Amino acid sequence: MSLGQGMPSVAGEGAVSRADQVTAASRLQSARKRQRVLATGLGLFVLLSTVRWLTDSPDLTSSGTVGTTLRLAVPIGLAALGGLWSERSGIVNIGLEGMMILGTWFGAWGAWQYGPWAGVAIGIAGGMAAGLLHALATVTFNVDHIISGVAIITLAGGIARYLSVEVYTDVPGGGATQSPRVEGVGTFDLPILSGGGLFGWHSPDVLGSLEEHHWLIVSDLAGVLRGATHNLSYLTLLAILLVPLTWWIMWRTVFGLRVRSCGEHPTAADSLGVPVNRMRYLALMISGGLAGLAGAFLAIEAASIYRQGQTQGRGFIGLAAMIFGNWLPLGAAAGAALFGFADALNLRDKSAVHALLLFVAVAALVYAAVQFRRGKRSTALVTGVLGLLAGLWFFTTDEVPVEFVQMTPYVVTLLVLAVATQRLRPPAHDGKPWRKGQVE
Amino acid sequence: MQRLTIPLLRLAAPVAAVLFALTISGLVLWLSGSDPFHAFKLMWDFGTTEQSIASIVDRAVPLYLSGVAFAIAFKMGLFNIGVEGQYTVAALMAAFVGAAVELPPVLHVALILLVAMASGMLWGAIPGVLKVTRGVHEVITSIMLNNIATFVVSYLLANHFLDRSDETLNLQTKKIAPSGWFPELFDLGPNATINGIVLVALVIGVSYYVLIWRTRFGYDLRASGLNPLAARASGVAPGPMVVKGMMLSGAVAGLVGMPILLGFSHNYGLDFGTGLGFAGITVALLGRNNPVGIAVGALLLAFLDRSAQILDLEDIPKEIVVIMEGVIVLSVVIAYELVQRVIERQQRRMIAEEPPPAAPAATRQPLGAPA
Repeated sequence: MSLGQGMPSVAGEGAVSRADQVTAASRLQSARKRQRVLATGLGLFVLLSTVRWLTDSPDLTSSGTVGTTLRLAVPIGLAALGGLWSERSGIVNIGLEGMMILGTWFGAWGAWQYGPWAGVAIGIAGGMAAGLLHALATVTFNVDHIISGVAIITLAGGIARYLSVEVYTDVPGGGATQSPRVEGVGTFDLPILSGGGLFGWHSPDVLGSLEEHHWLIVSDLAGVLRGATHNLSYLTLLAILLVPLTWWIMWRTVFGLRVRSCGEHPTAADSLGVPVNRMRYLALMISGGLAGLAGAFLAIEAASIYRQGQTQGRGFIGLAAMIFGNWLPLGAAAGAALFGFADALNLRDKSAVHALLLFVAVAALVYAAVQFRRGKRSTALVTGVLGLLAGLWFFTTDEVPVEFVQMTPYVVTLLVLAVATQRLRPPAHDGKPWRKGQVE
Repeated sequence: MQRLTIPLLRLAAPVAAVLFALTISGLVLWLSGSDPFHAFKLMWDFGTTEQSIASIVDRAVPLYLSGVAFAIAFKMGLFNIGVEGQYTVAALMAAFVGAAVELPPVLHVALILLVAMASGMLWGAIPGVLKVTRGVHEVITSIMLNNIATFVVSYLLANHFLDRSDETLNLQTKKIAPSGWFPELFDLGPNATINGIVLVALVIGVSYYVLIWRTRFGYDLRASGLNPLAARASGVAPGPMVVKGMMLSGAVAGLVGMPILLGFSHNYGLDFGTGLGFAGITVALLGRNNPVGIAVGALLLAFLDRSAQILDLEDIPKEIVVIMEGVIVLSVVIAYELVQRVIERQQRRMIAEEPPPAAPAATRQPLGAPA
């Protein structure tokens, strides 16, 4: 490059224009890809709406389901973002679960002592402390990432249990395994669209009334939008905003580039003067903080109480959502939404779950047809058979056992992993030990 | 002299970690207003009674099996985080089959153990197959399968394996007939018997040692774990090795629930113990995957669990031992890492101090040196 600057030669200009062509081509390619994703999403939504209409199960797209989905997806999504920060810097973080446990305990304790927002901050701090410990073990002492993560889960569980006995046992409403009830940070409705107040004026609930008509597609869209704007917790809003924020920091700032370079090729990053170890410490503290926030959300906002074992493995699920989303923020959020949706349907309406089978059947058959036209016979065969089975299941039964629905996101993640490993691209140096000055 | 210090250093790591954990938990106790020395003395006195020793051995057996299961996979560089799911599925299947058949005493027990091992093996094979055929990391698939196992088990339990004759409405399988129980074999005193299943753990421990360190298969397995490339170059096919390693690990994992099933509960219910899989990782780490080391780790954890029971009577939270366990794991892995660095440095110094080999070195290039 420095050569080119001094010589305004034809060859140099040719190289520039070729580079431009390459960028233009890749832009066009990514624009096409974006269109395809958008079209697929739209198609699936129309299908879902049609299924809702045909089977008369409004809960598939009701604002209530969407609201519950959001509430259940937030802790998973935050954990997934936490995993993304850590793994993008090259450190595998199984310890998310433990960081989340500390988030639930310290979040609830802070909320009980100093109010909900202080609780959120203290919960984040609890997670960050565990993130720091993970960094100490994996970065400074070069301990295997998974071993350190498992140790952190054990330790965090012990700390939370001990502190509960020590702090909550003799408190009214508390006990050896739970805190007293705490207050949430509060919710709001969007004015006009979802009936929120505006300067003391009780605005109409436009989306709500649209939803009640059960019109094809229109009411479904209204339901989804209302679910995302009605009775929305401020913390949920914060969590949603953290997704684009993470993307922006990771892919649009120098700091993000440095963090990612540590995950791709730490020796190269080091040779360019990136302080790899410091970057990893920072990334792990952010990771722990996000997991802590996830825990604080569970305790303060979702349950209004700390309970032992509250996280129920959501840290692990977050990790799965991150992998499902190919180590990308929006993908991780989509993965979290999938897990949240399955849980939400289960909680709200069992018959809607049964209707979902029809949706799966049609979607799988369409996908099989597309794959067949592209010449991918075996993929087409497998998805086609799965689609037929789902259809058969729909028409021969009236109900799906709860456990199958709860299992679905895990099975889907497993299938995605098994089918799409070629397309998944983890950071190149993810999980490998590295010491400054080591020879590659 | 130098060669002696290396094993000593390796032994020093876990001892230092335990002492460090004692210090930390002592500090925690002191900060929350209890006398740590009093607490530790109470634990020691209670933990060394005859009844306690019997109970500790009983508690250590599932921990040991779980530790060995993890260690087998670890020896070939695989993380079997899925012991948890494998033993849950295996325990349910074994409980169901065990209650469904009628057989003479020894055969009955053998069949139950076999079903457990086969179920654990099959469930454990899935991450292995997915790793080999699709290149998915076994930790992720194991985590998914652990969760799937919980739902599969609760579905089967609630819909197909439920004991309908039970009137308490508890979700549990039918009781296994006494011919399928493991007897209490060792008597230490009043109320202090040890269940015979400790012998199964012994057999597993010895087989683990023989298989991994005394057979060609074990050599190949360890070689694949230490240096997959070199193992491949010497003719070990990595794919089948991974699947076999996971299946073996899963088979032993299947036994983890057996001490509870055959010696204590005799059926599978929702209150069947959980978390033994993760505890096994702790135990294996403590014991450095060594068959005797794992036993020491299992006994240590069992001792902490049992002896902590006395603390509640004195108003000291017994949960302090969970913190202690966490600190032990984390500090033991750090201590091993540090010791490893010291050993490496020492070995480098030893090589440097060795007199250079006489004549050939002058004429020939040393191996690996740039020409």
